[in-house]
Amino acid sequence: MISGRLKEAIAGIFGKVDVVLAYQQGFDKLHATPCFMTMPAQIDKLIWNPLCVHNLTGYLPSLKKKKVAVVVKGCDSRTIVQYMEEGLINRENVVVVGIPCNGVISVNKVLKETNHEPIEEITFGENGKILVKTLKGDKTLSLADVCPDKCKTCQYPTPIVSDFLVGEPITSDKSPDSVYADIKEFENKTLEERLKYWEKEFDRCIRCYACRNACPMCVCQDSCIAETRDPHWISQRSKLSEKFMFHMIHALHLAGRCVECGECERVCPMGIPVNKLKRKINLDMKELFGYEPGVNPEDKPPLYTFNVDEVTIKEHKI
Amino acid sequence: MSDVAPRELRIVGFLCNWCSYGGADTAGVSRFKQPTDLRIIRVPCSGRVDPLFIVKALLNGADGVLVSGCHPRDCHYTDGNFYARRRLEMLKRLLPFLGIDEKRFYYTWISASEGARWQQTVTDFTKRVHELGPLHVKKEVAP
Repeated sequence: MISGRLKEAIAGIFGKVDVVLAYQQGFDKLHATPCFMTMPAQIDKLIWNPLCVHNLTGYLPSLKKKKVAVVVKGCDSRTIVQYMEEGLINRENVVVVGIPCNGVISVNKVLKETNHEPIEEITFGENGKILVKTLKGDKTLSLADVCPDKCKTCQYPTPIVSDFLVGEPITSDKSPDSVYADIKEFENKTLEERLKYWEKEFDRCIRCYACRNACPMCVCQDSCIAETRDPHWISQRSKLSEKFMFHMIHALHLAGRCVECGECERVCPMGIPVNKLKRKINLDMKELFGYEPGVNPEDKPPLYTFNVDEVTIKEHKI
Repeated sequence: MSDVAPRELRIVGFLCNWCSYGGADTAGVSRFKQPTDLRIIRVPCSGRVDPLFIVKALLNGADGVLVSGCHPRDCHYTDGNFYARRRLEMLKRLLPFLGIDEKRFYYTWISASEGARWQQTVTDFTKRVHELGPLHVKKEVAP
């Protein structure tokens, strides 16, 4: 079992690090929650299954001065690479325990399938079969049906960087073209349809800023310009232009940096497709500069640098 | 104003202090005729122009945004306009995704001596924005 080998690997790391970031059982059977372990006695709390959806690497920049071990999936490992590109962590202070991942679940999708009945028990079988027990009966689900959208096009199931790899490496069987298929499809709509779409989506925003708080690359956190009074970028008024502006701040501050971990969409209480704008910019960065965030630690984010002669940027005519 | 004259639109121009602002000044000193829809904001360098400036302008009532800086390799601060070029190109590609016509945003390079070129750019860009019409129709109707 992977969780047994994971416990073994982490038991060997205790003593060398100040804190271990992993997953434990949450408030009910359907939720896992991050746990911060400092003593070997805590190791039995640790779990590993498709409920472990969180990107734990988001804690790393705030723990920069400590030695930290962190459990990562393939998608989470891209965040570590991006942190290395931007110098936000000291790689020698981080012990990366990587786990090749076959996909996680989306809590919302499972709840939808079970009509929001309280979950009594959830077991994960072979070949992505999920058995859910509720008071109103059992239900068998398939992981492919209840996984987040990011898993459907996952290109990096095996962590890109890791000091310990628990389990056998997996190669992706998903086509690289599928990653941005939805973006390209959206671009077939007319301008009016697109503007209507975004106005409808952003109008639902309650400005809880959960997307920003969960985002591992939103490293300004308390100094975020969405909340500063000087400069006063957006007011507290609850109108569409302010909500729209907030999402533009989020998207443009992540231009060419977003590692597409999907945390922003996962935490959004209103189900707004927050990640779409950032993925559109990522697609452009790939076309213009051949850059993909969080893949190669030697890369430099495209907007942090320039070429004197840009081959791919043509001058515009009026 | 007569009813025949087209109504003025709001166009915001971010001009770098060293080249394009000088170019606009040259055009003024030479008494070139220019459209009056443009409001100029002087910035130290085109590298100072955060793409959010442009988005904020477009979302809050501007019908078009023009950004102009020194020609590549002529930047007063050596490399400000090189960074600007990448950022502005990124934004230019993002705007249509949001449903805002990319023709409402234009970025170019104009030096302090190019008064005639400045006049041409402003005239052409203003004409293009007028063809597209106002961006915020609904808001203008409501009192």
